[in-house]
Amino acid sequence: MTTLAAETFEAVGILDGKVPPGPIEEKWERHQFESKLVAPQNRRRFEIIVVGTGLAGASAAATLGELGYNVKAFCFHDTPRRAHSIAAQGGINAAKNYKNDGDSTLRLFYDTIKGGDFRAREANVYRLAEISVRIIDHCAAQGVPFAREYGGLLDNRSFGGTQVARTFYARGQTGQQLELAAYQALMRQVAMGQVKVFPYTEMLDLVVHEGRAVGIITRNLLTGEIERHSAHAVVLATGGYSNVFFLSTNAKGSNATAIWRAHRRGALFANPCFTQIHPTCIPQSGEYQSKLTLMSESLRNDGRIWVPKQKGDPRPPNEIPEEERDYYLERMYPSFANLVPRDVASRAAKRMVDEGYGVGPLRNGVYLDFSDAIRRLGRATIEARYGNLFEMYERITGENPYEVPMRIYPAPHYTMGGLWVDYNLMSNIPGLFVIGEANFSDHGANRLGASALMQGLADGYFILPATIANDLAPQLGTKPLPTDHPAFERTECEVRERIAKLLSINGSRTVDWFHRELGKILWDYCGMSRNAEGLKKAWRMVADLREEFWHDVKVPGSAEDLNQSLEKALRVADFFELGELMCQDALHREESCGCHFREEYQTPDHEALRRDDLFAYVAAWEFTGVGKPARLWKEPLVFEYVKPTQRSYK
Amino acid sequence: MLSSSAPRVVNRRRNYAAWPLDFYASAVGKKAVMAVTGIVLLGFVLLHMLGNLKLYQGAEHMNAYGEWLRTVGEPAVPNRGLLWAVRVVLIAAFALHIHAAASLTLMNRRARPVGYQGPRKYTAADYAARTMRWSGVIVGLFVLFHLADLTWGWANPNFVAGHPYENVVESLSRWWVAGIYIVANVLLGMHIYHGAWSLFQSLGWTLGRFKPWRRGFAIAFAALIVAGNVSFPIAVLSGAIS
Amino acid sequence: MSRTMTFTLKVWRQAGPDRPGRFETYRVDGISEHMSFLEMLDVLNERLAAEGKEPIAFSHDCREGICGSCGFMINGVPHGPLPRTTVCQLHMRHFKDGDTIVIEPWRAAAFPVLKDLVVDRSAFDRIIAAGGYISVNAGSAPEANSVRVPKPVADRAFDAATCIGCGACVAACPNGAAQLFTAAKVSHLNLLPQGQPERWSRVVSMVETMEQYFGSCTNTGECEAACPKGISLDFIAKMHRDYIRAKFLDKRQLARPIPGAEEAAV
Repeated sequence: MTTLAAETFEAVGILDGKVPPGPIEEKWERHQFESKLVAPQNRRRFEIIVVGTGLAGASAAATLGELGYNVKAFCFHDTPRRAHSIAAQGGINAAKNYKNDGDSTLRLFYDTIKGGDFRAREANVYRLAEISVRIIDHCAAQGVPFAREYGGLLDNRSFGGTQVARTFYARGQTGQQLELAAYQALMRQVAMGQVKVFPYTEMLDLVVHEGRAVGIITRNLLTGEIERHSAHAVVLATGGYSNVFFLSTNAKGSNATAIWRAHRRGALFANPCFTQIHPTCIPQSGEYQSKLTLMSESLRNDGRIWVPKQKGDPRPPNEIPEEERDYYLERMYPSFANLVPRDVASRAAKRMVDEGYGVGPLRNGVYLDFSDAIRRLGRATIEARYGNLFEMYERITGENPYEVPMRIYPAPHYTMGGLWVDYNLMSNIPGLFVIGEANFSDHGANRLGASALMQGLADGYFILPATIANDLAPQLGTKPLPTDHPAFERTECEVRERIAKLLSINGSRTVDWFHRELGKILWDYCGMSRNAEGLKKAWRMVADLREEFWHDVKVPGSAEDLNQSLEKALRVADFFELGELMCQDALHREESCGCHFREEYQTPDHEALRRDDLFAYVAAWEFTGVGKPARLWKEPLVFEYVKPTQRSYK
Repeated sequence: MLSSSAPRVVNRRRNYAAWPLDFYASAVGKKAVMAVTGIVLLGFVLLHMLGNLKLYQGAEHMNAYGEWLRTVGEPAVPNRGLLWAVRVVLIAAFALHIHAAASLTLMNRRARPVGYQGPRKYTAADYAARTMRWSGVIVGLFVLFHLADLTWGWANPNFVAGHPYENVVESLSRWWVAGIYIVANVLLGMHIYHGAWSLFQSLGWTLGRFKPWRRGFAIAFAALIVAGNVSFPIAVLSGAIS
Repeated sequence: MSRTMTFTLKVWRQAGPDRPGRFETYRVDGISEHMSFLEMLDVLNERLAAEGKEPIAFSHDCREGICGSCGFMINGVPHGPLPRTTVCQLHMRHFKDGDTIVIEPWRAAAFPVLKDLVVDRSAFDRIIAAGGYISVNAGSAPEANSVRVPKPVADRAFDAATCIGCGACVAACPNGAAQLFTAAKVSHLNLLPQGQPERWSRVVSMVETMEQYFGSCTNTGECEAACPKGISLDFIAKMHRDYIRAKFLDKRQLARPIPGAEEAAV
């Protein structure tokens, strides 16, 4: 069993993020100038693997194809278009300042750093803000039907955590439209022969040879065939790991296997405890529930959040008079009010429900009320802005939000943590790049609304296609490692053993049972609010559950055909180990920052209390073995342009 | 290309250099041809029905109208010249309409070789839309019978060339022939009810503000044709025309 | 609180492609009215798995009606009885306690059954690869606001672009045609000013690729009724018009200045 010694958290080394020198606004341009290049006629001599076809993966694969590289793109779906980016609703930020309300690259940079509670790398965030405007240009040219004003120009709306309107959107389906645009760009490259797509194919391991990532092992989900793929570079764009909580807003298939397997092969996992809980989801309605549905944060623009002032008030919401309602966000944060950042809004809702003010049949939600907005703007305006979201809410709950306030509650939604990468988006394993939500990203300890789409596309369309040349150029003239090399042989063997083991246990409990139990532990002790005692307990409980899983899971079916139970079992097996690492990371970070709220470290009015003197660093963990504490590497965060302050949204 | 499971090609497209063939090689092209030939046939059906209303004016008018059809355009064109010109157009329209329908039907069969094994419930497709093939085939057969009956006279023992009024009365006095005419015209009405709406879709005539009128147009057109055509056998059977 | 219900399910079971299939009957009880249809199948599958039987394979992912993974016939209707709703958002409160529910995969030559309720929809990818994009390489785009798009045009393009590629239109069509899917993408791109340079080649290439795999449209309207996103038949008419016009243009006309967005908006 895991023992916790103080030295567990002592860093074994310091990481270099390879941030280029120079003033922040020149870093990216200078870095591109100083980067190596691969000449157009040489690009076809390189093979690149891209795993995942969400915004980051599809945009990267398409762009690498446009540049002339040979790309293999992998997705476990039946078609690349179904990656979970498609479900993002709200919008995408860009520092265009079309609204003339004082926005700029600098302000987007500042908002993102501040929103992330000063736990992100300055240079990366500045680059993201800089590139944001080019993403909008590109997507508009691709035919993304962004919302327009009557003059035909692009419209913007505001989002949580900012005081400017810089969010571009396509009704409540911005993610869908951006994902389809990236997918279409990808299919164009498929038609041109630059990209080969492998649908129904899941990456099960990374092949590392002499310290370099040289390929991957995959399983064809239809035939069960285990295949080897080798390349000059491997790009992981496999998204986040919110499904470790079982109930989350992620798609059922979203999983951490690709990044976890890479982690086990030596890639450092950074800030795993930075998991974002989205404030506006439909509350759980029963034990059987398979996932939580997000209601776009944009609803907070016009909706007012409240709970009854009386605990357990049994009256229906419309019968509770105005003076007996507590609009608690407006009360506590007068200047940002209902538009405080996600972590603040989520914790406030949790506090209300924990204190007994919850509403709904299970008393597990708070109201999001549109009656004022409908009175002020008219039903037609509200319908134009949120019609599809209202419809969706009604379909799921059977209640009409035009007449009865919505009920909402926070749910796991996005993970800021992920594989550690340097300024080039390369992990500590040469040849292994990680982009989008899968990397530890630019969001620090908390991501602002409408920034995930921006980051995924910045990585895929603009950053990776430029930085990858640094790793490829020296390889010119070499061939990828042959797939009959012992390194491939060995890794494939391990994959086969893992599958055989899972199918042979034939225990008494289903994969879903274990997953649900794991989720409960992590939600209770490593969720919105954490403390040392709970985390130690959870760490132990997850380890025990993992042991039990490997002795008592029942996986029906065979390995030779479409077997959805086996797919789940492989993913959940990795979630246990990741869950343990999350507990370790959360336990070690003895401060509160962004989404990571340690009860021991809070201000008198319950706000997160950061400890910059001790924890202004990225915690990147090295795998040492199953059930063994990971080893800590630190990348110190240096703030030259932004002075870390206590975040205040009052 | 996509490496996994390649979907099966069920319709291999032939390439033609000549644009009319190239256009007709596509299903959308065939549907456009069906729409255009459909318009020609709708025009014919309408004029045919209107001409036949002369039955109500008596034998003299009706037979004179029949004679006029044969002699119209003389002497600039020979006797029956224009009539044959129209007939050629109609035969071509018929042939294309039927050929396109038949080949699209085969294409559609290939597109779903294994049908639904459980019950299938339609929510939008009305009976007329789903039975176009059957109403089309039956109306086609009826047209042959109609020609045999009143043009060639094979199906009418008392047929006298050049006396359409008498021939109609003779023929429709037989209750079963009258029945065939009534049933066939109701089916023709159904065929028109879907076809006269469908042609706007096939040709892509969304026509902005006229769009809501498409359904009304189809209903009115079908009703007009059915009412006119069905009135003849009823009139003969009831003795209103004799 | 919520009531619980019992259902008899007749589910199509098929071990793999080209294997014989048949309906199997299952009784599920203790189903809450708030469950989604897929959650009911989850419950059944967990019971089957606990008994060591193979769970029913079905496609699903986001469970919020946007990824387009899920979908099968419920009592002979794609995605079930509720209009504009995917199976994952269809809740059991829309059924009656004691109902018998027949569940069958999409049927079309282009959508072969892979297992149970899972079908292969990759023919859709072929149609997109044939021209369902605007050719623009990353980095080459002009300033976004340099091209204005009238709001009604952007809105209409969006209405078309909202397609989730689930395949219900094909499943619903008596002819197994993919007109609505293809028309949605053609219209989305052909309506926008950015899509004009490739307007004619796009429609020709996409339509002719579509026709290799799918049946032909007879304008029955069944697809529109089945579409969980309510995509309009008008887009089919628009695609037909664009195809016909493209075929009547000669090569030199294709190179003419592009028609304005006003025209595209009609």
